[in-house]
Amino acid sequence: MTGIGRVLVIVYAIMALAATGRSFVQIVQRFDEAPLAYALSAASAVVYIIATLALVFAGSRGWYLVAWIAICFELVGVLVIGTLSLVLPELFAHPTVWSGFGAGYLFVPLVLPFFGIWWLATHRPATPTTTDAVSTAVAS
Amino acid sequence: MILWFTIVQVVVAVAAGLLCVVLGLAGRRPSDLSVGGLALLELLLIVQIVVAIIAPLAGNPPTGSLLEFWVYLVSAALIPPAAVAWALLERSRWSTVIMGVGALAVAVMVWRMHAIWTIQVA
Repeated sequence: MTGIGRVLVIVYAIMALAATGRSFVQIVQRFDEAPLAYALSAASAVVYIIATLALVFAGSRGWYLVAWIAICFELVGVLVIGTLSLVLPELFAHPTVWSGFGAGYLFVPLVLPFFGIWWLATHRPATPTTTDAVSTAVAS
Repeated sequence: MILWFTIVQVVVAVAAGLLCVVLGLAGRRPSDLSVGGLALLELLLIVQIVVAIIAPLAGNPPTGSLLEFWVYLVSAALIPPAAVAWALLERSRWSTVIMGVGALAVAVMVWRMHAIWTIQVA
């Protein structure tokens, strides 16, 4: 994987760590305060973990597709939760990774999916073996 | 947490982070300077761990969630060694950048820890 891809994986891994740690504490200690927001917090952690793994293995077509799905889900998530945290504060103005469009994390959650989408669009996995089949046919 | 010490940690983390990112993007592999910055940061985090254990006994308890604080502190203390281990295994310009990203993440985490200790209500 090229260098910039590795940096992207690290940032996703840090977000996965942060979101998992935070949602774990929230669910253990005060789930009853905002069950919907904290359940979504846990969902965001799962999405970040999946995105991190999918980016690591994005050379294969299956993982590449998983990465697209996870990152698009992440983008929709930060935009929707960010909006809801402003429009329906009683339900969503509890501190989660995506509240306020990721304000608590210096808006990294808002910018990161665009970076991820750019990377996926410019790093499609290599199309397999039709040229190999032709060259072996010619050689035999 | 102690405000002036928090500020020292954040300043060192941001400085080491920016230094590593700039050095890495300029093509430099991990060096004594870049790794040294993260080593200094790790030393400060270890001191922070000691401070966080002693402080509640010395009349400086957290107002916020102690569990959340410790999850952040342990995670933060694991990042510089992990970043340096990566950098020493794979000595490329990108591992220098990654050390920088790790240091900047620690800066954010230390700031969050201070908010949990002094502002957040458990």
